[in-house]
Amino acid sequence: MAKTVYQELKPTARFWIPGLLIGAFLIAAAWAVYQAEHYGHIVTGMNNQVVWGLPHVFAIFLIVAASGALNVASIASVFGRAAYKPMARLSALLAIALLAGGLAVLVLDLGRPDRLIVAMTKYNFRSIFAWNIYLYTGFFAVVGAYLFVQMARGMHEKWVRRVGIVAFLWRLALTTGTGSIFGWLVARPGYDAAIMAPLFIAMSFSFGLAVFLLVQQLLFALAGRPVGAGLIHRLGRLLGIFVALVLYFTAIQHLTALYAAEHADIERFILREGGIYTALFWGGQVLIGGLLPLVLVFHPAAAARPAATLLAAGLVIIGGFAQLYVIVIAGQAFPLESFPGYEVSSSFFDGVVAHYSPSLVELALGLGGIALALTITALGAIVLRILPQELSDSALDPTATAASSNAA
Amino acid sequence: MKLPALKTPAKDITEISRRELLRSGAALATVALAPGVTLMAFGGTPAAAAPADPGRRWGLLIDVNRCASDCDACVRACSEENGWKLDGNPETDAQWIRKVDLKDRETGREVSLPVMCQHCENPPCVDVCPTGASMKRADGIVLVDKHVCIGCRYCMMACPFKARSFIHEPLEGQKSHAPRGKGTVESCTLCVHRVDEGGTPACVEACGRTGNGAMIFGDLNDPESEISRRLADYPSITLREDMRLNPGVHYSNL
Repeated sequence: MAKTVYQELKPTARFWIPGLLIGAFLIAAAWAVYQAEHYGHIVTGMNNQVVWGLPHVFAIFLIVAASGALNVASIASVFGRAAYKPMARLSALLAIALLAGGLAVLVLDLGRPDRLIVAMTKYNFRSIFAWNIYLYTGFFAVVGAYLFVQMARGMHEKWVRRVGIVAFLWRLALTTGTGSIFGWLVARPGYDAAIMAPLFIAMSFSFGLAVFLLVQQLLFALAGRPVGAGLIHRLGRLLGIFVALVLYFTAIQHLTALYAAEHADIERFILREGGIYTALFWGGQVLIGGLLPLVLVFHPAAAARPAATLLAAGLVIIGGFAQLYVIVIAGQAFPLESFPGYEVSSSFFDGVVAHYSPSLVELALGLGGIALALTITALGAIVLRILPQELSDSALDPTATAASSNAA
Repeated sequence: MKLPALKTPAKDITEISRRELLRSGAALATVALAPGVTLMAFGGTPAAAAPADPGRRWGLLIDVNRCASDCDACVRACSEENGWKLDGNPETDAQWIRKVDLKDRETGREVSLPVMCQHCENPPCVDVCPTGASMKRADGIVLVDKHVCIGCRYCMMACPFKARSFIHEPLEGQKSHAPRGKGTVESCTLCVHRVDEGGTPACVEACGRTGNGAMIFGDLNDPESEISRRLADYPSITLREDMRLNPGVHYSNL
């Protein structure tokens, strides 16, 4: 394999349109933050029943995808697959950028974002949320160090591997923490399940790799540098395994709940009678985000074309948002069972499915998080030597290409 | 109160460092101002400013048979006392206490009862709060420190009783004894400002005035208190007993 040459992304005229587009989303997000800060959360669709809304769906997607985006680097330095090494820097940069985007959304949606300093100085260590603050800030530090040892001149390979192992373990802990935000909520029947932690890890593998595939394609297209079809094909098959893993954990999650009579109502709600949530589960998560991508990356005719794999990555992202919407919103919309065995009614929406329709303010804030992540990624690739000059199959690993062509 | 600077043995005045000078100045200022400030903050009397008594466990007993379905005196009293109100946005307006109507699915029996913060011994809201704003006092009253709450709403996700509200809009006309703030979470305080003065919560008083007398307030740790004697003599339950949160609010005849 030839020595990889990394080169800064040169801003050219091609950057104007995506740059302006991202700028517009950032301005829209700033407007959304001002609205919520000035008028309060009344300008959002969130209420006292559904207290976490669309911003949380975006934030959790970005945070989960952040740890998954680190996969490619981990495969290279932890699992020793040299063919993935040229993409490891982008993988680490994207991980940092996605986490920054997700945390920005999460923090700016707080009722009192001005009290961020309180969140950074006062901790209740019984709270998984407080632990997550450490896991998130630690992730920046660990992945930042990982990027540094990858890029530092004369750094011995053993350090890349060691720091890579720490980063890999840290990302597993981070996603365990994110899943446990829901898994440890004992009060709500839609949550309160240990499987949330491994489910979120599987989701992070899948969403993170899907985002990586598309961002890599976008940056290389902007740079006018080639990406090999064999590479996309290989990453696509890996994505397929992760998609299958998410479907597996989802199936186990619901089968386990269906087995217990006490969870019959919430399962009926999600799987059959939940309206938008049922549609998002079967149509969004299972079909668009699960079965279709599997066909696109594993069916020989489709998988041979890079466009099919990139389409699969796009569908995985859409399905991921659908899945998180069902987890976050449906879990709250379903009424709490404070009085088992009773029909319940009150002025506070006890006993009824809670209403929630997200507002433009929430959408603008969430999209702003994505725009911020893309901005950080692009700026990082412009000022640092992140992107290899080429990712053509011959430049990566001629033997691997031959093998994958045969396999296909 | 001890003055930090005076704890050290007598020194030549020229040896006092700038730090010591500032410390003694701050201590003097505290001595001069603190009694007024702390009394203001905690309700105006020495009793209110005293720390919560760990020997007590304040609680409520609600007799569901005495609670009339068309009566909401407790809700109105709480609203009046603490300055929250339903303001035309039922989905987002705060409700510290609400009347809940129940119908037994098997027997058809209908009852009505008030639900507020259950002041659990093991409150999930306190466990999940990242900053410690959700807290339980030594006497069992669960509160939100409005100065430390960042408005993440994780406590609202965790509460099994929907007892908490988030303030979605700017507020006006707050009561000095019940400070509230846009962007923070709040719930029933068990009228802590009254309790600390030796009084009873506004809801209990109002319920008594209607003649129903469905609510009793008292110290669950004192076997001689009326609430403890009633609990000892008659069957009662707490909500979601399966979760073993040991709420301070008990219901009888439910």
